[in-house]
Amino acid sequence: MAETAAGAGWYRRLVLALLLAPALLWLFGLIILPHLDLAVLSFRERVAPREYTASLAQYRSFFGEPLYWHVFARTALLSAIATLLTLLIAFPIAWIIAKLARGRMSALLFVVCLIPFWVSETVRTLGWMILLRESGVLPAILVHLGITAQPVELLYHDATILVGLVYTSLLFMVVPLVGSLESLDNSLIEAAYDLGGKGGSILRTIVIPHAAPGITAGCIVVFMLTLGNYLTPTLLGGKNSLWFTEQIYTQFITRFNWEQGAAFGFLLLALSTAIVWLGLKVSGQRFSDVMRRV
Amino acid sequence: MSTGLPPAAAPDLEISAVTKRFAAHVAVNEVSFSVARGSFFSILGPSGCGKTTLLRMIAGFIQPDGGTIAIGGRDMASVPPNKRPVNMVFQHLALFPMMSVGENVAFGLARRGVARAERTRRAEAMLERVGLAGAAGKRTDELSGGQRQRVAIARSMVLEPTLLLLDEPLGALDLKLREHMKVELKQLQSAFGTTFVYITHDQSEALVLSDRVGVMNQGRFEQLGSPQELYYSPATSFVAGFVGANNRVPGTVLGQDGALVELDAGGGLRLRARSKGILARGAAADAFIRPEAMTLARSAAELPPGQNALSGEVTDMLFDGANSVVLLRELQSRRELRIALPQTGAFADLSSGARISFGFDPERAICFPGAHG
Repeated sequence: MAETAAGAGWYRRLVLALLLAPALLWLFGLIILPHLDLAVLSFRERVAPREYTASLAQYRSFFGEPLYWHVFARTALLSAIATLLTLLIAFPIAWIIAKLARGRMSALLFVVCLIPFWVSETVRTLGWMILLRESGVLPAILVHLGITAQPVELLYHDATILVGLVYTSLLFMVVPLVGSLESLDNSLIEAAYDLGGKGGSILRTIVIPHAAPGITAGCIVVFMLTLGNYLTPTLLGGKNSLWFTEQIYTQFITRFNWEQGAAFGFLLLALSTAIVWLGLKVSGQRFSDVMRRV
Repeated sequence: MSTGLPPAAAPDLEISAVTKRFAAHVAVNEVSFSVARGSFFSILGPSGCGKTTLLRMIAGFIQPDGGTIAIGGRDMASVPPNKRPVNMVFQHLALFPMMSVGENVAFGLARRGVARAERTRRAEAMLERVGLAGAAGKRTDELSGGQRQRVAIARSMVLEPTLLLLDEPLGALDLKLREHMKVELKQLQSAFGTTFVYITHDQSEALVLSDRVGVMNQGRFEQLGSPQELYYSPATSFVAGFVGANNRVPGTVLGQDGALVELDAGGGLRLRARSKGILARGAAADAFIRPEAMTLARSAAELPPGQNALSGEVTDMLFDGANSVVLLRELQSRRELRIALPQTGAFADLSSGARISFGFDPERAICFPGAHG
């Protein structure tokens, strides 16, 4: 009897292990293993062909070369601005979907937010280039309307990068916001209004505190996606984009300096972790509550 | 319909010919009434009768299609809810879960720009008045159902509204707590002296709490009066059937002698009942007889003279302490009736199948025009 019971327990554990195996394999093989290898790479220096020594040279060169950490800070700042803009644009959209639209209308609006994702990111970004380049659609319209005398180049500005990043991120902000706004009881808003509240004070005292986990979740996802985005800043910002992922790409592919690229990768990981942690601290949210909203 | 209040007191709420339509459906149809200062007014009706729509129009969440609403003598057309001297206790209370009890109560004061120290003091004083001294720091989900209700009332009362609207606040509570909160609401209302407008589908709540009740059905007021008036002299068959327990006996009018109508209730059963209007001979009519208006007797001879004397066969005894009733089938019409058992316990020994006589004073039965059925 005891033997069969032990056998059954062993069998259950085997089933559990098999069920978890694909996820664990993916986690280990594609995330942990490459990162361990990158960690080793980032802490060594090439002294002669095929000869390496352990050193902090890669990290030292990051802080020693102003271009590197300027780009690093610029990427973080632009990502934060893009996240904030996405939140400001997504909030009214989410409010309409969650509170104002009824039934099919609400589903339709969701689909409208989703449609851009039916096209690949490259094609989507190239679409922006067609619209914004000097000989493109928007500058032609501006000339036609007499707003500008000459077609203006709308590509390769920081604002252009932001437009592209916000456009790409919108859905990832709208989804958690809709979730958290839908769970807000309408009678709370009515009660606040009844007690003398106005639009702004109700938003500040009732809506935002209720939606805080959803707002934080959306911001974390959008910030991480933006910080790690390569295609949009590179295509829309051109040579001026100075996005940190581009620096990593250059080190790995153009300069073939894997050690430096690995160090940059780790710095980016540290940056996103630090900013997410800071965001949670400032908004007073717990990571587990927030992750349930994503 | 006297209110018993001095005529000098202007009504706090005056509704005249208010109408609201949703597409083809008329939710509230030309309703008019006024509520005297300091009184407890209830709007009683089944779900879907339009009472919630009416309340939301008073609060300002819905604009009426026609008619006027005046609060404290001031016309409320185009005054938004946050500017009306009216506060509302919501059906599920709608306490703000992101705030403490004290912050909930101080919410309205903060919106009026009262300084922090002052609003904390006033919120705490108000909590003390509703028996929740020291609860200001608690979270709302730490309170019991009854305490939450008191917070909801305190949150509104701290703003000293002319009118407090209550949207079935007892609906979500369990029976025992509901009975308790009924008494508490009544006491709070008389302590504050504020005018309460209360909507409910529970006739017992309306009867116990109110000074005056409006019975609403299909968007209209069927009757407006004191609980006693509604109970003892209902104006329509709907009110007779909806307010309090009642036996409905349908029949055909045989004749009328003054206020008394003689009715053929089927199977050769003849009844006499009071009627306000003139009923034509041969018209359909419904007689309503309260369970406690009927007296039981071992034999027809024991019944007082002048009463309708009937006999029946007991189908069930429903023992419920002071509210015990006997269900019986009248022998001629085969209609089932419900009769209150006397408090003396005299007929406690009845059992199913027993034959018994019963009767009622025709003055205590009331007759309305009805449909055959």
